[in-house]
Amino acid sequence: MTWIPAYLSSNLLTALIFFPLAGALLLFFLPRENPRLIRNATLLVTLVEFLLSLPVAIGFNGATAAMQFVQRVPWIPGYGIEYHVGVDGISLWLVMLTTFLMPIAILSTYEAVEKHVKEFMIFMLVLEVGMVGVFLAIDLFLFYIFWELVLIPMYFLIGVWGSERRIYSAIKFFLYTFAGSVLMLVAIIALYFHHYAATGVYTTNLLRMYELSIPVKLQFWMFAAFALAFAFKVPMFPFHTWLPDAHVDAPTAGSVILAAVLLKMGTYGFLRFAMPLFPVAAVDLMPLVATLAVIGIIYGALVAMVQKDMKKLVAYSSVSHLGFVMLGLFAFNVQGIEGGILQMINHGVSTGALFLIVGIIYERRHTRLIEEFGGLSKVVPLYALVFMIVTLSSVGLPGTNGFVGEFLILLGAFKTAKWYTVFAATGVILSAVYMLWMFQRVMFGKITNEKNRHLPDLKPREIAYMLPLLVMIFWIGVYPQTFLRKMDASVSAAVTRIETKRQAALGERPQGETLLARYFDVKK
Amino acid sequence: MVTGILDYIWLVPALPLLGVLLNGAIALFCERPLLLAEAAHGDEGHGHGDAHGGHHAPAPYRKLVAFIGPAVVGAAFVVSVLAVLALAARPAHDRFFVQVLFPWIQAGGFSAPAALQLDPLSSVMILVVTGVGFLIHVYSAGYMSHEKAFARYFVYLNLFTFAMLTLVLGSNYLVMFVGWEGVGLCSYLLIGYWYEKKSASDAGKKAFIVNRIGDFGFMLGVFLIFWTFGTVNYTEVFAKVPLLSANGVLTTEIATAITLLLFVGAIGKSAQIPLYVWLPDAMEGPTPVSALIHAATMVTAGVYMVARSSSLFLLSPVSMGVVATVGAATAIFSATIGITQNDIKRVLAYSTVSQLGYMFLACGVGAFTAGIFHLMTHAFFKALLFLGSGSVIHALSGEQDMRKMGSLKKHLPITFTTMFIATLAIAGIPGLSGFFSKDEILWKAFSSEHGHIALWAVAALAAGITAFYMFRLVFLTFFGESRMEPEVEKHVHESPYSMTVPLMLLAVLSVVGGWIGIPEVLKGHNYFEEWLAPVFAQGAAGGHGAAGAHGAAHHPVALELGLMAGSVAVALCGIGLAYYLYRVRTNKPKEIAEAVPGLYDVVLNKYYVDEIYDFLFVRRIVNGSIVLWQAFDAAFIDGIVNGIAAAVRGAGDGVRRLQTGVVGNYAFSLLLGAVLLVGYILTR
Repeated sequence: MTWIPAYLSSNLLTALIFFPLAGALLLFFLPRENPRLIRNATLLVTLVEFLLSLPVAIGFNGATAAMQFVQRVPWIPGYGIEYHVGVDGISLWLVMLTTFLMPIAILSTYEAVEKHVKEFMIFMLVLEVGMVGVFLAIDLFLFYIFWELVLIPMYFLIGVWGSERRIYSAIKFFLYTFAGSVLMLVAIIALYFHHYAATGVYTTNLLRMYELSIPVKLQFWMFAAFALAFAFKVPMFPFHTWLPDAHVDAPTAGSVILAAVLLKMGTYGFLRFAMPLFPVAAVDLMPLVATLAVIGIIYGALVAMVQKDMKKLVAYSSVSHLGFVMLGLFAFNVQGIEGGILQMINHGVSTGALFLIVGIIYERRHTRLIEEFGGLSKVVPLYALVFMIVTLSSVGLPGTNGFVGEFLILLGAFKTAKWYTVFAATGVILSAVYMLWMFQRVMFGKITNEKNRHLPDLKPREIAYMLPLLVMIFWIGVYPQTFLRKMDASVSAAVTRIETKRQAALGERPQGETLLARYFDVKK
Repeated sequence: MVTGILDYIWLVPALPLLGVLLNGAIALFCERPLLLAEAAHGDEGHGHGDAHGGHHAPAPYRKLVAFIGPAVVGAAFVVSVLAVLALAARPAHDRFFVQVLFPWIQAGGFSAPAALQLDPLSSVMILVVTGVGFLIHVYSAGYMSHEKAFARYFVYLNLFTFAMLTLVLGSNYLVMFVGWEGVGLCSYLLIGYWYEKKSASDAGKKAFIVNRIGDFGFMLGVFLIFWTFGTVNYTEVFAKVPLLSANGVLTTEIATAITLLLFVGAIGKSAQIPLYVWLPDAMEGPTPVSALIHAATMVTAGVYMVARSSSLFLLSPVSMGVVATVGAATAIFSATIGITQNDIKRVLAYSTVSQLGYMFLACGVGAFTAGIFHLMTHAFFKALLFLGSGSVIHALSGEQDMRKMGSLKKHLPITFTTMFIATLAIAGIPGLSGFFSKDEILWKAFSSEHGHIALWAVAALAAGITAFYMFRLVFLTFFGESRMEPEVEKHVHESPYSMTVPLMLLAVLSVVGGWIGIPEVLKGHNYFEEWLAPVFAQGAAGGHGAAGAHGAAHHPVALELGLMAGSVAVALCGIGLAYYLYRVRTNKPKEIAEAVPGLYDVVLNKYYVDEIYDFLFVRRIVNGSIVLWQAFDAAFIDGIVNGIAAAVRGAGDGVRRLQTGVVGNYAFSLLLGAVLLVGYILTR
C-alpha cells in the first residue's frame, strides 16, 4: 500500500462509494432526448468507478486481518454514530465484484432499455452507491442506511422496467426484504443499547461490538433476528419465493445485479454480523442453518430442473448455489469460509453471465420459454460457445471458477457437518442435470422453430461484455491464489474470533447442557 | 542437465493443449464463417451419419487441422518416450519424478498444487494415451475428412488428450480429478458431436450425468482422504499409511469408506455395474472417439485410479472383495449382452464393459500389475477393433447393422486381417497379447489370497463368451454371403492409408504387446511386473504383505499350466460354437432365439436396465420436482406469503387515515411490530 499516498488511500473508499452518486447527479443535467449520451456517460462513470477500485484490490495487504483504507469521521457524536468505512479480506472481492459487474450490466442495457433511460441509469448508479457502501461500512448505522438504500432503486427497476407481473414481483421483493430490514433494525437497536448497558458507551462501531461478550440468551434472540433478515435476502429456503418472481420480471441488468450482488448482501451479513457477534448461537443453530442450506441446494436444483422459462431456471439455480455458500460459511473453518466467499464471487460471475445469456436471446426473440428454442448451435455458434463455457462454470467443472468454490465449501463442511455435506454434494449431480438439459433443449437438435433460423450471433457489444466474465471464469478456476490469498488473514481471524469468543462465553456453563436449557431455561 | 528431459515433462500435456488453442482459433475464425454461410443457405442434411456426407472441395484450413491435430499428440508421444527412457535409466527405487508447476487450490491446511508425477505407473499410462492416441488422431484425419465441423472435432479430441494426460500425470487426487472431469466433458462433447441428432445429444448428456454420480463418490472420497491424512498428494498419503494405521487414526472402517467412495467414481468412469449404462449409448459418437475414449483410454481411468490407490485398497478386505465382485459380475453380465447385439459398435461397447470388469477383477484380487497389463493390451486390441469397425462402417456408407453386412473379407482385406488378429487377441489365443494379460488375471483370481475359485470360474466362463461373441462378429461381418443393400455394396471400398496404417500398427501391437509380460511358468520373464513393482510394492509394504501380487509361488506349476490350458479350451469352445452357429448352421441362432423368446428379448434389450432406471429414478424425480414446484413452492409457501400480505392489507385498512399507498401500509405495520419487539427484548 506504500505506493499510494496516505491522503489518497484514506479517501479512496469514500470516493468509491460516492463517485457513482456524483455520476447520478451529472445525469440529471443531461438531455433526456439523447439516450445514447446518457448511456455512454453512465458507462463511463461505472468504468471510472471500476478503475478507482483497482488500487484497493492491488494495494490490499492480505497478510493482515485489520480493516484497510480506513476512513473514520464522527457523524452524530451524541449517539456515537460515525462515518466509518474500511475494507478487509471478507469484503474486498465483493466490492470488486460490484464495480466489475456494473459496466457489464450497463452495457447490456443499450438495446434492452428504451423507456426512461435517464431514470433507469440514475437508479442503477444509486444502486451502486448502496451496494459498495454496504460492503464498506463498519458502522452499524451507516451499514443500515446503505442496506436500505439498495432496496429502493431495485424496487423501481423491477416495478417500472420489468415485464408482465412486475408490480406483483416488485412488491413481493419489497415486502420480503423490508420485513428482513426491520428485523435487523430491531436487533441493531437492541445491540446498541446492550453495548451501552455493558460498557456505558453509546456506539455503533461494529469493531467495538465484536469485543462485546453478549449473554448467550440474548445471543439467541439477536442471532435469530439478524439471521432471519439475512436469510430473506440470501434467500434461504423457505424464504426464497420472491426470488424467481423478482428475477423473471426484472430487466436483464436488474437480474444480473440482483443475483450477483444483492443476494450476497445476505451471505455477507451472516459472515460480517450474525456469526462473529453471536458465535454461541451461530454454532448452536448450525444444524438448522445447514439443514435449510442443504434443502435449498437440492430443492432449488430439483425445481430448476422442471422450469419452462430459462430465467426462472437460472433463478432457482441461484437458490441452490446460495445454499452452497451458506453451508460453507457455517462450516466455521478456513476452507469452508474461503470457499463460501469465493463462491459468492463465482455465483456473481457465472449467474450474472447466465442472466446476460438469457437476456441476449430474449432481446432477439422476446421469449424465454425453453420450448421455443432448439438447434440454436447451428445458427449462433459464438453464442453457443459462450453459453457452454458459462454452463460448465455453473456446474462446477474443474478448471472453471465454480469448481474451486464448491470444492472448498464441501471440503470444509465435510469436517464439521459430514452428513449435510454428503447430501449437499448430490447438488453437484443435479446441477449437471438441469443445466445440461436446458442447454440441450435450447442449443442442440434441429431447428424446429422457423423464427430461430436467422437469429444473429453475438454482436461486438455483447462480446465485449461477455469476454471479461469468461476471463474471470478461467482466472478463478486456474489460479484462485490471486483471490484466496487476500482473504487468508481476515478469514483466519474470523474463525479464531468465533471460536475463542464462543469458548469464553461458554466458559462457566455446565458441560453437556442442552440447547433448551441454554436458551429457554427448560430443565429436564 | 541433472534430470534432462524429465524437466520437460510438462510438455506432455501442454502440447495437446497447444493443439486445442491452435485448432480452436482455426475453428473460430476459419471454420465458423463457412459453416454459418452454409447454414444460412438453408443447406439441411448430410453429415449426421457416421463418417459420410457430401464430397466437396476441401478448404485449405482443413489440411492444417489434419496436421496440427495428430502432430501435437505425436510430439507428446516423443516426449513421453524420451522421458520414460530417462526414468528407466535410473535405478528401480529412484524411478520417480515430480514437477510442481504452480500452486493451485490452497486454503488453511489444504494445498493441492498443479503438479505432475512421472513414475512407472504413469509412464505406462502416458505411453498408451499418447501412442494409441496418436494413431487414432491420424486415423481420424481420414475418417472424419467428410465432416463439416472438422476443426471442432480436433479441438475436442486434442482437449481430450490433454485432460487424459492430466488425469494420469497429476501428482495428487485433485489434479487427477481435473483430468477426470475434463475427460468426462470431452466425452460429452464428442458423443454429442452430431448434436442435431437427438439420440446423440441424449447420449452425451447421459454420459456426463452418470459420470457425475461417480464423481460425487470420488469427491467425498477425496474429502475423507484429506481429513484423515491431512494431504491429497499421492506420495504423502501413501507414506503416511503405516504410521496412521499404527496409531489408530486410519482404521479399517475409514480405509473401507475411502476406497469404496473412490470406487464409486471408478464405477462411473469405467462403466461398471450399476453405472455402465452410459457406455453403450456413447457409441453415438464418431467411431474414432469410441476407440480412443470409450475403449482405449478414458474408461480405463477407473482402473488406473484404483491401481494408483492400491495401498489404500489393500487395507480394506471389504473393498477388495467389492472391487473383485463388481468386476467379475460386470465381466460376465455385459458379455452376455454382447452375444445378442446386432450393431457392430454396440457389441464392441459391451465387450469393453466386460473387459474393464476383468481389470477390476484383477485389482480386487490384489493383482494390480495384471490389471494395468490388461489395460494396456486391451488398449491395443480394442482400439484396433473399434477402428476396424469404423473402417467397415466407412466402407458401407454408415451402415452399422451386422445383419446387413457379410462377405466383406474380400472387399476389405486389410481391415479384415487386422481385425481378425485383434479378435484372436481378445479371445485369448496363446501367443497374442490378450492371452498373457487375461491369463494372468485368471490365474491371480484363482491363486491370490484375495482370490476365489468362483471368481476364476466366472471369469473363465466370460472368456468363453467373449470368444463366442467376437467370432460371431467376425463371421457375420466378413464371412458368408453378402447381406448388404445393393446401393451400399456398389460403393464398398478399402479405407485410405491414413486409416489402414494405424490399423496395421495396432495389429502389430496386439500381437507383441503381451510379450513384455510372459509369465515365468512359460519360461518367460515378466518385465512388465518388474517395471511396476516399485509402485505396487509401496502398497504391499503398507498393508497386508506382498502375497497379493506374488501368491503364485505357493501353487504348483502343473496347476497353473492346467488352468491356463483350461481357459484356452474354454475360449476354443466359444470359437467353435460361433463357427457352428454362424458358419455351419446359420439358421440355428434364429431358432434358438425363437425357442426362448422371453430370455432372448430380455438379453437383447439389455435386461431392461435403462427402462428400470428410467422408471425408478428419472421419471419419479422429474414428476416429484414438478409437484415440489407447483404444490409446495407456488401453492404452499406463496400461499402463506400472499395470505400474510392480504391480512396486512386488511389490517392496513384500519389505519388508512394515517397511511396511504400500499407499500407504506406494509412498512408501517412492520415498523409497529418492530417497535413492539424492541420493547420486548429490552424489558425482558
